[in-house]
Amino acid sequence: MPFSIAPFLLPLSDASVTVWFRQTKERLDMPKLVLKHLLAIRWFHWVNFPILFLMIWSGLLIYWAYPIYHLGPIQLFPQWLFAMFGMKFRLAEGMALHFVFMWIFIVNGILYVAYTLFSGEWRYLVPTSRSAFRDAWYVFLHDLHLRKEMPPQEKYNAAQQIAYTGIVVMGLGSLMTGLAIYKPAQLAWLAAMCGGYEAARLIHFILTMGYIGFFLVHIGQVVIAGWNNFRSMVIGWELVKGGDAQ
Amino acid sequence: MTNRHPEIVLPESDLNKNLRHKSRRGFLLGGLAAVGAVGAYKAVRLSHTDNEVPWPQRRVLDLNGKLWRSYLDDSHLMPTYPANQIGYLKPNGDHGLDDEPDDQGNPPAWDGLQLESPGASPVTLQLSDIQSLPRHEMTTKFCCIEGWSVVQKWTGARFSDFTRKFLPPGAHFTDYVYMATDGEDYFVGLDAKSALHPQTILAWEQNDKPLVYEHGAPLRLIIPVKYGIKNIKRIGLIRYTNQRPRDFWYEQGYDWFAGL
Repeated sequence: MPFSIAPFLLPLSDASVTVWFRQTKERLDMPKLVLKHLLAIRWFHWVNFPILFLMIWSGLLIYWAYPIYHLGPIQLFPQWLFAMFGMKFRLAEGMALHFVFMWIFIVNGILYVAYTLFSGEWRYLVPTSRSAFRDAWYVFLHDLHLRKEMPPQEKYNAAQQIAYTGIVVMGLGSLMTGLAIYKPAQLAWLAAMCGGYEAARLIHFILTMGYIGFFLVHIGQVVIAGWNNFRSMVIGWELVKGGDAQ
Repeated sequence: MTNRHPEIVLPESDLNKNLRHKSRRGFLLGGLAAVGAVGAYKAVRLSHTDNEVPWPQRRVLDLNGKLWRSYLDDSHLMPTYPANQIGYLKPNGDHGLDDEPDDQGNPPAWDGLQLESPGASPVTLQLSDIQSLPRHEMTTKFCCIEGWSVVQKWTGARFSDFTRKFLPPGAHFTDYVYMATDGEDYFVGLDAKSALHPQTILAWEQNDKPLVYEHGAPLRLIIPVKYGIKNIKRIGLIRYTNQRPRDFWYEQGYDWFAGL
């Protein structure tokens, strides 16, 4: 809620306070357009989306050559799945995509983080409240219709803050483990930090599965949030109806 | 600090008009950007190929190679491991190993190592010449470009020692080394910096036993700063050169540098 100390500084009559409250209330009740997503953030987001997809696709072309990971008895990405999508025998092509488009992924990621830091936008995105995890749990329950109220929030709720910060940390993890697999001799210290060459490859794989999970939840939430929210990620502006101003 | 999230408060009809205008503009520009991005991607993917890779991608891969070659240093080593980490290395790739065993089942004879360098006449070396060099042992990770890796112990002579001893004094060698099997069915190109790296050896023993034919007897290259594809087996020819040499898997669409 916007808050002004002006009424307390001026010599006040009851009438002037009443007027101030009325004006403020009227203003809050009016519908308005709010610039929700800044131009730069929108660019970073929409550049990252197809590039991340391309990195996952080319990564799977590479993974085909040595697809060893299991979840218990279940083989992840079995051969028939590769066959179904025509992804067999394309290791060279996968590498030639992965090690070219990685540059866009890396530069875009660094610019995004730098921009949020320097612009101050990180304040909305990073969970700084001590109750962030408890609030995120309440948001989760609320989304499942198991809890009526949402915890108080600013631009993003605690679950969003954790997700949007987590995904950046995951991106850094993908970069580090990726470099460790890419250059295990020249960056032997990095590979050691990741727990060795094989561990780096496994972490790199798990993070990729994490992106797929994030993507599915993200798409679901965007569908639920509706057109006004999606449109704001394209045009920047969101229509805020009267009464529910943030 | 300026407000980065301004608000527009207008009467409802003006507000909707404003929003429609912003939407039209935003989605039009967004659509154009998307079409442009898809177009650019298609243009890259459909451009003519350079050794099986669209040339713009090949350009970037070559730049990656240059970048990592400039970062490469004799002090950047593939880690070494204790003997109990040694695993099983499956013979993977038999290009240039198509000679039949003799009547007794012994591996076919090896005609020696031909050594060529610019500005010098070719020399043929025997295994004993190479084994006269200082013996070097190392237990390192052998990394296949397919994604698997295995620790192996290798014994041989450092290629830098080999070069110091056998490169003819008059040879003008600066940049590259080409190695091939006899008949050049398999061949690799190496940058000099990687070839002269202290862990690059001409090996004749694997896990304390003489090399077997499937693993490149009698002499193979072990270069841990490169993927397995560069670790050529059964070397018949070594050529010092100043032009980037041919490379078997490069011509199949892989990276020329292929460094680790």
